[in-house]
Amino acid sequence: MCEVCAQDKGEAFMNDDGAFSFNHLLAGLLNVSPVMKQNQPTQNRRETVECSGCQMTFDQFLKIGKFGCPKCYESFRDQLPPILKRLHSGNTVHQGKLPERQGGTIHMKRKVSDLRVELKSLIEQEEFEQAATIRDQIRSLEKEIDGERGGADES
Amino acid sequence: MSLKRFLNQAVSSWMNEDGPASEIVLSTRIRLARNHNRYAFPTVFTKEEAEQTAQAMRTAVEQAGYPLEELKMQDLQGLEKRVLVEKHLISPNLAEDAGSSSVWLSDQEDISLMVNEEDHLRIQCLFPGLQLKEALRKALEIDDAIEKHFDYAFDENFGYLTTCPTNVGTGLRASVMMHLPGLMMTHQMNRIIPAIGQFGLVARGIYGEGSEALGNIFQISNQTTLGKSEEDITEDLLHVVDQIITQEKAAREALVKSSGIQLEDRVFRSYGTLRYSRVIESKEAAKCLSDVRLGIDLGFIENVSRSILNELMILTQPGFLQQYAGGFLRPVERDIRRASLIRERLEMDVSKDKGGSDL
Repeated sequence: MCEVCAQDKGEAFMNDDGAFSFNHLLAGLLNVSPVMKQNQPTQNRRETVECSGCQMTFDQFLKIGKFGCPKCYESFRDQLPPILKRLHSGNTVHQGKLPERQGGTIHMKRKVSDLRVELKSLIEQEEFEQAATIRDQIRSLEKEIDGERGGADES
Repeated sequence: MSLKRFLNQAVSSWMNEDGPASEIVLSTRIRLARNHNRYAFPTVFTKEEAEQTAQAMRTAVEQAGYPLEELKMQDLQGLEKRVLVEKHLISPNLAEDAGSSSVWLSDQEDISLMVNEEDHLRIQCLFPGLQLKEALRKALEIDDAIEKHFDYAFDENFGYLTTCPTNVGTGLRASVMMHLPGLMMTHQMNRIIPAIGQFGLVARGIYGEGSEALGNIFQISNQTTLGKSEEDITEDLLHVVDQIITQEKAAREALVKSSGIQLEDRVFRSYGTLRYSRVIESKEAAKCLSDVRLGIDLGFIENVSRSILNELMILTQPGFLQQYAGGFLRPVERDIRRASLIRERLEMDVSKDKGGSDL
Protein backbone atom coordinates (compact mmCIF):
# COMPACT_ATOMS: atom_id res chain seq x y z
CA MET A 1 0.00 0.00 0.00
CA CYS A 2 1.46 3.33 -1.03
CA GLU A 3 0.97 6.11 1.46
CA VAL A 4 1.88 8.80 -1.06
CA CYS A 5 -0.98 7.75 -3.33
CA ALA A 6 -3.42 7.88 -0.45
CA GLN A 7 -2.20 11.31 0.45
CA ASP A 8 -2.40 12.52 -3.15
CA LYS A 9 -5.88 11.22 -3.38
CA GLY A 10 -6.79 12.96 -0.17
CA GLU A 11 -5.36 16.30 -1.24
CA ALA A 12 -7.05 16.13 -4.61
CA PHE A 13 -10.38 15.70 -2.89
CA MET A 14 -9.76 18.77 -0.79
CA ASN A 15 -8.94 20.92 -3.76
CA ASP A 16 -11.95 20.36 -5.92
CA ASP A 17 -14.26 20.80 -2.97
CA GLY A 18 -13.69 24.54 -2.66
CA ALA A 19 -15.68 25.52 -5.72
CA PHE A 20 -17.33 28.61 -4.34
CA SER A 21 -18.00 31.34 -6.84
CA PHE A 22 -19.03 34.09 -4.47
CA ASN A 23 -16.52 36.55 -5.89
CA HIS A 24 -18.04 36.29 -9.34
CA LEU A 25 -21.40 37.01 -7.84
CA LEU A 26 -20.12 39.99 -5.90
CA ALA A 27 -18.59 41.67 -8.92
CA GLY A 28 -21.81 41.00 -10.79
CA LEU A 29 -23.89 42.29 -7.94
CA LEU A 30 -22.43 45.75 -8.24
CA ASN A 31 -22.56 45.98 -11.97
CA VAL A 32 -26.08 44.69 -12.39
CA SER A 33 -27.33 47.04 -15.02
CA PRO A 34 -25.26 49.23 -17.30
CA VAL A 35 -27.75 52.03 -16.63
CA MET A 36 -26.80 52.14 -12.98
CA LYS A 37 -23.16 52.25 -13.86
CA GLN A 38 -23.55 55.41 -15.88
CA ASN A 39 -25.62 57.13 -13.25
CA GLN A 40 -23.18 56.57 -10.49
CA PRO A 41 -20.49 59.20 -10.32
CA THR A 42 -18.65 57.19 -7.66
CA GLN A 43 -18.02 54.53 -10.27
CA ASN A 44 -15.20 56.53 -11.82
CA ARG A 45 -13.69 57.63 -8.58
CA ARG A 46 -13.64 54.22 -6.99
CA GLU A 47 -10.75 53.01 -9.11
CA THR A 48 -8.49 55.37 -7.23
CA VAL A 49 -9.56 54.27 -3.76
CA GLU A 50 -6.84 52.21 -2.19
CA CYS A 51 -6.58 50.65 1.25
CA SER A 52 -4.17 52.52 3.52
CA GLY A 53 -3.16 49.26 5.19
CA CYS A 54 -2.61 46.68 2.46
CA GLN A 55 -2.79 48.81 -0.71
CA MET A 56 -5.63 46.74 -2.11
CA THR A 57 -7.74 48.84 -4.46
CA PHE A 58 -11.51 48.82 -4.40
CA ASP A 59 -11.56 47.25 -7.85
CA GLN A 60 -9.31 44.44 -6.70
CA PHE A 61 -11.63 43.86 -3.78
CA LEU A 62 -14.58 43.58 -6.14
CA LYS A 63 -12.70 41.11 -8.29
CA ILE A 64 -11.70 38.71 -5.55
CA GLY A 65 -14.67 39.37 -3.27
CA LYS A 66 -12.49 39.48 -0.18
CA PHE A 67 -10.83 42.21 1.81
CA GLY A 68 -7.09 42.33 2.38
CA CYS A 69 -6.96 43.62 5.94
CA PRO A 70 -9.10 45.25 8.64
CA LYS A 71 -8.19 48.73 7.36
CA CYS A 72 -9.93 48.02 4.04
CA TYR A 73 -13.24 48.63 5.78
CA GLU A 74 -12.08 52.06 6.87
CA SER A 75 -10.62 52.91 3.46
CA PHE A 76 -13.70 51.77 1.53
CA ARG A 77 -16.17 53.08 4.11
CA ASP A 78 -18.07 55.22 1.60
CA GLN A 79 -18.25 52.54 -1.07
CA LEU A 80 -19.40 49.71 1.15
CA PRO A 81 -23.01 50.49 2.15
CA PRO A 82 -24.60 49.54 -1.21
CA ILE A 83 -22.74 46.23 -1.20
CA LEU A 84 -23.61 45.44 2.39
CA LYS A 85 -27.24 46.35 1.77
CA ARG A 86 -27.47 43.79 -0.97
CA LEU A 87 -25.71 41.08 1.00
CA HIS A 88 -27.51 41.62 4.29
CA SER A 89 -31.16 42.29 3.51
CA GLY A 90 -30.77 46.07 3.46
CA ASN A 91 -28.69 46.35 6.64
CA THR A 92 -25.51 48.38 6.91
CA VAL A 93 -25.02 48.83 10.64
CA HIS A 94 -23.96 46.21 13.18
CA GLN A 95 -26.53 45.57 15.91
CA GLY A 96 -24.94 42.58 17.58
CA LYS A 97 -22.39 41.87 20.21
CA LEU A 98 -19.55 44.25 21.13
CA PRO A 99 -16.15 43.00 22.23
CA GLU A 100 -16.22 43.09 26.00
CA ARG A 101 -12.75 44.51 26.59
CA GLN A 102 -12.22 46.65 23.47
CA GLY A 103 -15.82 47.78 23.18
CA GLY A 104 -15.12 50.68 25.57
CA THR A 105 -17.17 53.75 24.77
CA ILE A 106 -19.25 51.90 22.16
CA HIS A 107 -21.06 50.14 24.99
CA MET A 108 -21.96 53.52 26.46
CA LYS A 109 -22.90 55.03 23.11
CA ARG A 110 -25.33 52.19 22.54
CA LYS A 111 -26.81 52.76 25.95
CA VAL A 112 -27.24 56.45 25.14
CA SER A 113 -29.08 55.75 21.90
CA ASP A 114 -31.34 53.25 23.70
CA LEU A 115 -32.08 55.85 26.36
CA ARG A 116 -32.85 58.47 23.72
CA VAL A 117 -35.55 56.24 22.26
CA GLU A 118 -36.96 55.74 25.72
CA LEU A 119 -36.82 59.47 26.39
CA LYS A 120 -38.74 60.25 23.23
CA SER A 121 -41.54 57.85 24.04
CA LEU A 122 -41.75 59.15 27.62
CA ILE A 123 -42.12 62.72 26.35
CA GLU A 124 -44.82 61.61 23.95
CA GLN A 125 -46.65 60.01 26.84
CA GLU A 126 -46.10 63.20 28.84
CA GLU A 127 -44.26 61.33 31.59
CA PHE A 128 -42.04 64.32 32.23
CA GLU A 129 -40.70 63.34 35.62
CA GLN A 130 -39.35 60.02 34.35
CA ALA A 131 -38.16 61.74 31.21
CA ALA A 132 -36.06 64.08 33.31
CA THR A 133 -34.35 61.17 35.03
CA ILE A 134 -33.56 59.58 31.71
CA ARG A 135 -32.25 62.89 30.37
CA ASP A 136 -29.88 63.14 33.32
CA GLN A 137 -28.67 59.61 32.72
CA ILE A 138 -27.98 60.47 29.10
CA ARG A 139 -26.04 63.58 30.12
CA SER A 140 -23.86 61.78 32.58
CA LEU A 141 -23.15 58.98 30.10
CA GLU A 142 -22.24 61.50 27.43
CA LYS A 143 -19.90 63.20 29.82
CA GLU A 144 -18.25 59.88 30.53
CA ILE A 145 -17.88 59.15 26.81
CA ASP A 146 -16.29 62.56 26.25
CA GLY A 147 -13.97 61.95 29.18
CA GLU A 148 -12.82 58.60 27.79
CA ARG A 149 -12.25 60.05 24.38
CA GLY A 150 -10.21 62.94 25.79
CA GLY A 151 -8.17 60.49 27.82
CA ALA A 152 -7.54 58.29 24.84
CA ASP A 153 -6.40 61.23 22.73
CA GLU A 154 -3.87 62.33 25.28
CA SER A 155 -2.27 58.94 25.64
CA MET B 1 -8.53 -2.59 14.39
CA SER B 2 -11.97 -3.79 15.44
CA LEU B 3 -14.96 -1.81 14.26
CA LYS B 4 -15.94 -1.08 17.82
CA ARG B 5 -12.59 0.46 18.65
CA PHE B 6 -12.57 2.36 15.39
CA LEU B 7 -16.00 3.74 16.18
CA ASN B 8 -14.95 4.79 19.64
CA GLN B 9 -12.20 6.86 18.13
CA ALA B 10 -14.11 8.05 15.11
CA VAL B 11 -17.45 9.11 16.48
CA SER B 12 -17.71 12.60 17.96
CA SER B 13 -20.24 13.34 20.67
CA TRP B 14 -22.57 15.22 18.32
CA MET B 15 -22.89 12.17 16.09
CA ASN B 16 -24.23 9.64 18.55
CA GLU B 17 -25.77 11.56 21.41
CA ASP B 18 -29.45 12.34 21.40
CA GLY B 19 -30.30 16.02 21.44
CA PRO B 20 -33.62 17.88 21.51
CA ALA B 21 -35.87 17.28 18.46
CA SER B 22 -33.35 14.67 17.31
CA GLU B 23 -35.98 12.71 15.35
CA ILE B 24 -35.62 15.42 12.70
CA VAL B 25 -32.71 17.65 13.66
CA LEU B 26 -29.41 15.81 13.53
CA SER B 27 -27.11 18.56 14.72
CA THR B 28 -26.66 22.28 15.37
CA ARG B 29 -23.58 24.29 14.46
CA ILE B 30 -22.63 27.81 15.47
CA ARG B 31 -19.67 29.52 13.86
CA LEU B 32 -18.17 32.91 14.68
CA ALA B 33 -15.66 34.59 12.36
CA ARG B 34 -13.04 36.79 14.05
CA ASN B 35 -9.82 38.55 13.04
CA HIS B 36 -6.90 40.24 14.70
CA ASN B 37 -6.88 44.01 14.18
CA ARG B 38 -3.17 44.31 13.45
CA TYR B 39 -2.53 41.66 10.81
CA ALA B 40 -3.65 41.40 7.19
CA PHE B 41 -6.35 38.84 6.44
CA PRO B 42 -5.32 35.37 5.24
CA THR B 43 -6.18 36.47 1.67
CA VAL B 44 -2.97 38.49 1.44
CA PHE B 45 -0.95 38.02 4.63
CA THR B 46 2.74 37.18 4.52
CA LYS B 47 4.24 34.06 6.04
CA GLU B 48 5.52 36.13 8.95
CA GLU B 49 2.12 37.65 9.60
CA ALA B 50 0.53 34.21 9.42
CA GLU B 51 2.97 32.93 12.01
CA GLN B 52 2.47 35.99 14.23
CA THR B 53 -1.30 35.53 14.08
CA ALA B 54 -1.00 31.84 14.93
CA GLN B 55 1.32 32.74 17.83
CA ALA B 56 -1.06 35.42 19.15
CA MET B 57 -3.86 32.90 18.87
CA ARG B 58 -1.84 30.30 20.78
CA THR B 59 -1.31 32.71 23.66
CA ALA B 60 -4.98 33.70 23.71
CA VAL B 61 -6.29 30.13 23.59
CA GLU B 62 -3.92 28.95 26.29
CA GLN B 63 -4.94 31.85 28.54
CA ALA B 64 -8.63 31.23 27.82
CA GLY B 65 -8.41 28.04 29.84
CA TYR B 66 -10.30 25.62 27.61
CA PRO B 67 -8.80 22.15 27.34
CA LEU B 68 -8.16 22.26 23.61
CA GLU B 69 -5.48 20.52 21.62
CA GLU B 70 -3.82 22.12 18.61
CA LEU B 71 -3.39 20.15 15.40
CA LYS B 72 -1.18 21.90 12.87
CA MET B 73 -2.15 21.41 9.26
CA GLN B 74 1.48 21.00 8.20
CA ASP B 75 1.86 18.04 10.56
CA LEU B 76 -1.16 16.14 9.24
CA GLN B 77 -1.34 13.62 6.40
CA GLY B 78 -3.80 14.18 3.56
CA LEU B 79 -6.00 11.36 4.78
CA GLU B 80 -6.06 12.63 8.36
CA LYS B 81 -7.17 16.05 7.16
CA ARG B 82 -9.81 14.49 5.00
CA VAL B 83 -11.26 12.65 7.97
CA LEU B 84 -11.42 15.94 9.91
CA VAL B 85 -13.26 17.50 6.97
CA GLU B 86 -15.72 14.62 6.83
CA LYS B 87 -16.39 15.08 10.52
CA HIS B 88 -17.07 18.78 9.88
CA LEU B 89 -14.32 19.73 12.31
CA ILE B 90 -12.33 21.62 9.74
CA SER B 91 -13.30 23.12 6.40
CA PRO B 92 -11.93 21.90 3.07
CA ASN B 93 -10.24 25.31 2.80
CA LEU B 94 -8.33 24.84 6.01
CA ALA B 95 -7.22 21.40 4.93
CA GLU B 96 -5.72 22.92 1.79
CA ASP B 97 -3.65 25.39 3.74
CA ALA B 98 -0.34 24.42 5.19
CA GLY B 99 1.85 27.11 6.71
CA SER B 100 0.54 28.43 9.97
CA SER B 101 -2.96 27.00 9.77
CA SER B 102 -4.21 24.84 12.56
CA VAL B 103 -7.26 23.65 14.43
CA TRP B 104 -7.83 23.54 18.17
CA LEU B 105 -10.11 20.67 19.18
CA SER B 106 -11.85 19.74 22.39
CA ASP B 107 -11.86 16.14 23.58
CA GLN B 108 -15.53 15.71 22.74
CA GLU B 109 -15.00 17.44 19.41
CA ASP B 110 -17.88 19.78 20.19
CA ILE B 111 -15.56 22.79 20.03
CA SER B 112 -13.19 23.53 17.19
CA LEU B 113 -11.20 26.68 16.59
CA MET B 114 -9.84 27.07 13.08
CA VAL B 115 -6.84 29.34 12.82
CA ASN B 116 -5.85 31.10 9.59
CA GLU B 117 -8.60 29.72 7.43
CA GLU B 118 -10.45 32.43 5.50
CA ASP B 119 -10.40 34.46 8.72
CA HIS B 120 -7.78 34.45 11.45
CA LEU B 121 -10.16 32.65 13.74
CA ARG B 122 -13.31 30.64 13.31
CA ILE B 123 -14.95 29.49 16.51
CA GLN B 124 -17.19 26.50 15.93
CA CYS B 125 -19.54 24.68 18.32
CA LEU B 126 -21.21 21.51 17.13
CA PHE B 127 -24.03 20.09 19.25
CA PRO B 128 -26.35 17.12 18.75
CA GLY B 129 -30.02 17.81 17.97
CA LEU B 130 -31.59 21.25 17.99
CA GLN B 131 -29.61 23.38 20.44
CA LEU B 132 -29.18 26.76 18.82
CA LYS B 133 -29.31 28.78 22.02
CA GLU B 134 -27.00 26.45 23.91
CA ALA B 135 -24.46 26.33 21.11
CA LEU B 136 -24.59 30.12 20.68
CA ARG B 137 -24.04 30.65 24.39
CA LYS B 138 -21.02 28.36 24.33
CA ALA B 139 -19.53 30.05 21.27
CA LEU B 140 -20.00 33.55 22.72
CA GLU B 141 -18.44 32.42 25.98
CA ILE B 142 -15.35 31.13 24.17
CA ASP B 143 -15.32 34.35 22.14
CA ASP B 144 -15.22 36.44 25.33
CA ALA B 145 -12.47 34.32 26.82
CA ILE B 146 -10.30 34.71 23.73
CA GLU B 147 -10.97 38.43 23.39
CA LYS B 148 -9.37 38.98 26.79
CA HIS B 149 -5.98 38.31 25.22
CA PHE B 150 -6.54 38.89 21.51
CA ASP B 151 -7.31 42.25 19.85
CA TYR B 152 -10.24 41.72 17.55
CA ALA B 153 -10.74 43.77 14.40
CA PHE B 154 -13.95 45.57 15.23
CA ASP B 155 -15.68 48.65 13.88
CA GLU B 156 -18.47 50.49 15.59
CA ASN B 157 -20.46 50.64 12.39
CA PHE B 158 -19.52 47.39 10.62
CA GLY B 159 -19.12 45.18 13.68
CA TYR B 160 -16.62 42.32 13.59
CA LEU B 161 -14.53 42.74 10.45
CA THR B 162 -14.19 39.64 8.31
CA THR B 163 -12.30 38.74 5.17
CA CYS B 164 -15.50 38.21 3.22
CA PRO B 165 -18.22 40.88 3.32
CA THR B 166 -20.86 38.14 3.61
CA ASN B 167 -19.74 37.46 7.20
CA VAL B 168 -19.23 40.98 8.51
CA GLY B 169 -21.13 42.25 11.56
CA THR B 170 -21.78 39.37 13.89
CA GLY B 171 -19.56 36.95 11.97
CA LEU B 172 -22.21 34.43 12.93
CA ARG B 173 -23.28 31.46 10.88
CA ALA B 174 -25.88 29.38 12.67
CA SER B 175 -26.89 26.16 10.97
CA VAL B 176 -29.09 23.22 11.65
CA MET B 177 -28.77 19.87 9.94
CA MET B 178 -32.18 18.35 9.27
CA HIS B 179 -33.35 14.96 8.01
CA LEU B 180 -36.39 15.63 5.83
CA PRO B 181 -37.48 12.45 4.03
CA GLY B 182 -41.19 13.24 4.46
CA LEU B 183 -40.93 16.61 2.76
CA MET B 184 -38.80 15.11 -0.02
CA MET B 185 -41.19 12.20 -0.67
CA THR B 186 -44.14 14.57 -0.79
CA HIS B 187 -42.21 16.90 -3.12
CA GLN B 188 -42.48 19.90 -0.83
CA MET B 189 -38.80 20.85 -0.56
CA ASN B 190 -38.72 22.73 -3.86
CA ARG B 191 -41.45 24.95 -2.48
CA ILE B 192 -39.85 25.38 0.94
CA ILE B 193 -36.30 26.20 -0.18
CA PRO B 194 -37.24 29.44 -2.01
CA ALA B 195 -39.58 30.44 0.82
CA ILE B 196 -36.75 30.12 3.34
CA GLY B 197 -34.68 32.48 1.22
CA GLN B 198 -37.09 35.30 1.89
CA PHE B 199 -36.15 35.24 5.56
CA GLY B 200 -32.45 35.74 4.97
CA LEU B 201 -31.90 31.99 5.39
CA VAL B 202 -30.62 29.34 3.02
CA ALA B 203 -31.20 25.59 2.73
CA ARG B 204 -28.77 23.30 0.99
CA GLY B 205 -27.92 19.64 0.82
CA ILE B 206 -24.65 19.06 2.61
CA TYR B 207 -23.76 15.76 1.02
CA GLY B 208 -23.86 15.51 -2.75
CA GLU B 209 -23.43 18.08 -5.46
CA GLY B 210 -25.53 21.14 -6.20
CA SER B 211 -29.22 20.85 -5.49
CA GLU B 212 -29.05 17.13 -4.83
CA ALA B 213 -29.28 16.31 -1.13
CA LEU B 214 -27.89 12.89 -0.33
CA GLY B 215 -29.69 11.10 2.46
CA ASN B 216 -32.43 13.76 2.50
CA ILE B 217 -30.19 15.80 4.76
CA PHE B 218 -30.40 19.57 4.52
CA GLN B 219 -28.54 22.31 6.24
CA ILE B 220 -30.55 25.44 7.05
CA SER B 221 -28.50 28.49 7.95
CA ASN B 222 -28.60 32.28 8.12
CA GLN B 223 -27.27 34.38 5.25
CA THR B 224 -27.60 37.76 6.91
CA THR B 225 -24.90 38.48 9.47
CA LEU B 226 -25.16 42.27 9.67
CA GLY B 227 -27.87 44.43 11.24
CA LYS B 228 -29.35 41.82 13.55
CA SER B 229 -28.19 40.72 16.96
CA GLU B 230 -26.81 37.20 17.45
CA GLU B 231 -29.87 36.31 19.48
CA ASP B 232 -32.27 37.59 16.80
CA ILE B 233 -30.44 35.69 14.07
CA THR B 234 -30.68 32.39 15.95
CA GLU B 235 -34.24 33.16 17.05
CA ASP B 236 -35.34 33.73 13.45
CA LEU B 237 -33.61 30.56 12.34
CA LEU B 238 -35.20 28.62 15.18
CA HIS B 239 -38.60 29.91 14.17
CA VAL B 240 -38.25 28.62 10.63
CA VAL B 241 -36.72 25.33 11.79
CA ASP B 242 -39.66 24.77 14.15
CA GLN B 243 -42.06 25.24 11.28
CA ILE B 244 -40.13 22.86 9.07
CA ILE B 245 -40.20 20.27 11.87
CA THR B 246 -43.98 20.63 12.09
CA GLN B 247 -44.34 20.24 8.34
CA GLU B 248 -42.00 17.26 8.21
CA LYS B 249 -44.01 15.54 10.95
CA ALA B 250 -47.25 16.25 9.11
CA ALA B 251 -45.78 14.87 5.89
CA ARG B 252 -44.66 11.68 7.65
CA GLU B 253 -48.10 11.24 9.18
CA ALA B 254 -49.78 11.74 5.83
CA LEU B 255 -47.44 9.22 4.20
CA VAL B 256 -48.14 6.59 6.85
CA LYS B 257 -51.88 7.16 6.45
CA SER B 258 -52.00 7.19 2.68
CA SER B 259 -49.40 4.55 1.88
CA GLY B 260 -48.27 2.92 5.10
CA ILE B 261 -47.52 -0.51 3.69
CA GLN B 262 -45.58 0.89 0.73
CA LEU B 263 -43.55 3.02 3.10
CA GLU B 264 -42.88 0.06 5.37
CA ASP B 265 -41.87 -1.96 2.34
CA ARG B 266 -39.45 0.73 1.23
CA VAL B 267 -37.94 0.94 4.72
CA PHE B 268 -37.37 -2.81 4.98
CA ARG B 269 -36.02 -3.14 1.45
CA SER B 270 -33.47 -0.50 2.33
CA TYR B 271 -32.72 -2.25 5.60
CA GLY B 272 -32.22 -5.48 3.69
CA THR B 273 -29.85 -3.76 1.29
CA LEU B 274 -27.76 -2.36 4.12
CA ARG B 275 -27.75 -5.63 6.08
CA TYR B 276 -26.78 -7.88 3.19
CA SER B 277 -25.26 -6.01 0.26
CA ARG B 278 -21.62 -6.67 -0.63
CA VAL B 279 -20.95 -3.62 -2.78
CA ILE B 280 -22.63 -0.27 -2.21
CA GLU B 281 -22.03 3.22 -3.60
CA SER B 282 -22.30 6.25 -1.35
CA LYS B 283 -25.43 7.49 -3.08
CA GLU B 284 -27.33 4.26 -2.53
CA ALA B 285 -26.00 3.96 0.99
CA ALA B 286 -27.26 7.46 1.78
CA LYS B 287 -30.70 6.72 0.40
CA CYS B 288 -30.99 3.44 2.34
CA LEU B 289 -29.68 5.01 5.56
CA SER B 290 -32.28 7.75 5.27
CA ASP B 291 -35.04 5.16 4.75
CA VAL B 292 -33.89 3.07 7.69
CA ARG B 293 -33.66 6.10 9.93
CA LEU B 294 -37.21 7.05 8.92
CA GLY B 295 -38.27 3.48 9.69
CA ILE B 296 -36.76 3.78 13.16
CA ASP B 297 -38.53 7.12 13.74
CA LEU B 298 -41.85 5.64 12.62
CA GLY B 299 -41.43 2.54 14.77
CA PHE B 300 -41.14 0.03 11.89
CA ILE B 301 -37.63 -0.91 12.96
CA GLU B 302 -36.83 -1.33 16.62
CA ASN B 303 -33.44 -2.89 17.08
CA VAL B 304 -31.28 -0.31 15.35
CA SER B 305 -29.93 2.77 17.09
CA ARG B 306 -31.15 6.12 15.85
CA SER B 307 -27.69 7.55 15.52
CA ILE B 308 -27.13 5.19 12.61
CA LEU B 309 -27.80 7.85 9.96
CA ASN B 310 -25.60 10.48 11.54
CA GLU B 311 -22.80 8.04 12.19
CA LEU B 312 -22.77 6.09 8.97
CA MET B 313 -23.25 9.08 6.66
CA ILE B 314 -19.89 10.23 7.95
CA LEU B 315 -18.12 6.92 8.48
CA THR B 316 -18.85 5.74 4.94
CA GLN B 317 -17.20 8.78 3.35
CA PRO B 318 -14.05 7.97 1.37
CA GLY B 319 -11.62 9.38 3.95
CA PHE B 320 -13.01 7.35 6.81
CA LEU B 321 -13.24 4.16 4.79
CA GLN B 322 -9.59 4.50 3.86
CA GLN B 323 -8.58 5.25 7.39
CA TYR B 324 -10.45 2.18 8.59
CA ALA B 325 -8.83 0.11 5.87
CA GLY B 326 -5.45 1.54 6.83
CA GLY B 327 -4.57 2.89 3.41
CA PHE B 328 -5.60 3.97 -0.06
CA LEU B 329 -8.63 2.32 -1.65
CA ARG B 330 -9.75 2.46 -5.25
CA PRO B 331 -13.42 3.49 -5.74
CA VAL B 332 -14.54 -0.13 -6.24
CA GLU B 333 -12.69 -1.22 -3.12
CA ARG B 334 -14.35 1.63 -1.22
CA ASP B 335 -17.78 0.40 -2.24
CA ILE B 336 -16.92 -3.05 -0.95
CA ARG B 337 -15.49 -1.62 2.28
CA ARG B 338 -18.53 0.60 2.69
CA ALA B 339 -20.89 -2.36 2.40
CA SER B 340 -18.94 -4.40 4.92
CA LEU B 341 -18.63 -1.53 7.40
CA ILE B 342 -22.38 -0.95 7.27
CA ARG B 343 -23.09 -4.67 7.69
CA GLU B 344 -20.79 -4.90 10.69
CA ARG B 345 -22.26 -1.78 12.25
CA LEU B 346 -25.84 -3.09 11.91
CA GLU B 347 -24.68 -6.47 13.19
CA MET B 348 -23.49 -4.72 16.38
CA ASP B 349 -26.99 -3.46 17.09
CA VAL B 350 -28.59 -6.81 16.37
CA SER B 351 -26.24 -8.73 18.65
CA LYS B 352 -26.64 -6.10 21.36
CA ASP B 353 -30.40 -6.55 21.05
CA LYS B 354 -30.08 -10.30 21.49
CA GLY B 355 -27.89 -9.70 24.50
CA GLY B 356 -25.10 -11.54 22.76
CA SER B 357 -21.45 -10.72 22.71
CA ASP B 358 -19.78 -8.51 20.16
CA LEU B 359 -19.54 -10.16 16.78
